Amino acid sequence: MNIGVVKPGLSTTVQDRGRFGYAHLGISPCGAADALSLRIANLLVGNDEYAPVLEMTLLGATLEFEQGAVMALSGARCDCKVGQYRVAQDSAVSIPGGGVLQCGSITSGVRTYLAIQGGLDVPLVMGSASTDLRGGFGGVAGRRLQAGDMLKTGTGGGQSPRRLRTGAVDDRPHPGPIRVTRGVQNDWFSPDEWTGFLAAGYVGSEQSDRAGLRLSGRPVKSSQSKQLLTDGIPLGAVQIPQDGQPIILFVDQQTTGGYPKIANVIAADMHRIGQIRPRDDVRFSEVSLTVAIEALRAQQQWMEAIWQK
Amino acid sequence: MIQKTEVRNTGSAPEKFDSTVALHYSSERSSGVGAPPRMQIIPASDSSLLIVFGDAMSSEIQRQVLGMFHALQARQDVRIRNLHPGYVSLLVDFDPLDTTHEDVAEIIAIAAPRESASHHYERSLVEIPVCYDTEFGPDLQNVATHTKLPAEDVVRLHAGATYDVVFLGFTAGFAYLGGMPEILSTPRLATPRRAVAAGSVGIAGGQTGIYPTVTPGGWRLIGRTPLRMFDPRASQPTLVVPGDQLRFVPIDRGEFERLSRERV
Repeated sequence: MNIGVVKPGLSTTVQDRGRFGYAHLGISPCGAADALSLRIANLLVGNDEYAPVLEMTLLGATLEFEQGAVMALSGARCDCKVGQYRVAQDSAVSIPGGGVLQCGSITSGVRTYLAIQGGLDVPLVMGSASTDLRGGFGGVAGRRLQAGDMLKTGTGGGQSPRRLRTGAVDDRPHPGPIRVTRGVQNDWFSPDEWTGFLAAGYVGSEQSDRAGLRLSGRPVKSSQSKQLLTDGIPLGAVQIPQDGQPIILFVDQQTTGGYPKIANVIAADMHRIGQIRPRDDVRFSEVSLTVAIEALRAQQQWMEAIWQK
Repeated sequence: MIQKTEVRNTGSAPEKFDSTVALHYSSERSSGVGAPPRMQIIPASDSSLLIVFGDAMSSEIQRQVLGMFHALQARQDVRIRNLHPGYVSLLVDFDPLDTTHEDVAEIIAIAAPRESASHHYERSLVEIPVCYDTEFGPDLQNVATHTKLPAEDVVRLHAGATYDVVFLGFTAGFAYLGGMPEILSTPRLATPRRAVAAGSVGIAGGQTGIYPTVTPGGWRLIGRTPLRMFDPRASQPTLVVPGDQLRFVPIDRGEFERLSRERV
């Protein structure tokens, strides 16, 4: 089934779980910036939870469905319509053949995910459908969608669509500060700087993209004058460049880097990084590795508990 | 630089992971010939461990990083999601829902070559043809002026050396090369170019490298290769892998054009 791109939106890309196993070649994981919403959208239409979907950023796309389809939107709130009718989010919706889905402004968060039953059919590159914008490969021709692109749906999935329990996604786990563990170069910063970093509030910067969420606020000063020997960057590393303004590295991040890493966002909070808007407040709190891993397990249990029986 | 003496993550309660002494898989013996490599395994995040082999660049440390990288690659353990070699360390990434820091540390300990001398892995010598014409190397004259060498000597020295592919990073397929003759060191441009052509060969400080794709960049460009350093569709997506050796082979404009046509 074909889906025509009438308007591409601000930055719409095909994403799935991401591309793993190629970091030693300098290849970023990519994948959905909010993987929790990717999974929910897919499960709603009966797809494999990591099937390729469209990730829309701040302004959604307008898409023309050649034939009828079942789709679901999840993630940030987006004003979506088919003709006169508003399209509900977080539930499977049928769109008739010839229907035009208009996704407008994204009002809470940054990214809305559109899953279509069967998934999107794009060639896998190194095992993933995800678009690598910096490398220029994956997804649709390695780039953002453009008007006139034609998407094809796949034949994946086939599980029965699911329904969310009422209010289930309104109480996503842990809305508080972004939880971090100490980074590999945490000792490059004095205890006072570390306390200051945790106490300070930051705001999301306009300069952010999928490679890094840039923050502005209290500059963090390293007590080391030496240069870091370039080393591997874990997903979610909070690095401190020379100007002291933290950058949270995520999905499209460089695999290696030369700035000290003061902290690391825990895996259970990574999906939240993908939804931080410019000028949003960002605060950090320190947790232990044990708590971080427990939080990830709890999130996995939450994912299983949100569905109607 | 990374200097760790113990696993930190100082929560108030003792960490299950922190108390795992076995993780400090660091030999206290001196690293003479035949001694096991000294390494420390520290948690870098809830999903990764960093293996640190030392705090200063050296060819011995490089061998250890690459030996461990290849040893882990060869094991093809599905619990390991990604490996990121660096100058003195190797980051091992995993999904903490599938495995634990302890288990990955165990995998690392088992994979560790017993002796420095056994850091054997297959390494290829990859020849990269480079056209050093001014059109492709707009900064060659600049490097010549800075190094007080004639441009021909810059090319001769650059192409005369054998380089080590220490690791790849920055962008897909970008190789960090060790072994550029020190005399060629030239600071990077004050203002980076907005777009550098794929295949461009440049110098930045004491480093040389090849831009695999079009990116902004501040390296001094001295030439260009017609080869594709990165091809996402190829079964081996990059021309070089960590641990390879590399030489630049000067070619003229005609050869550059011929190889460019062959590539398509």
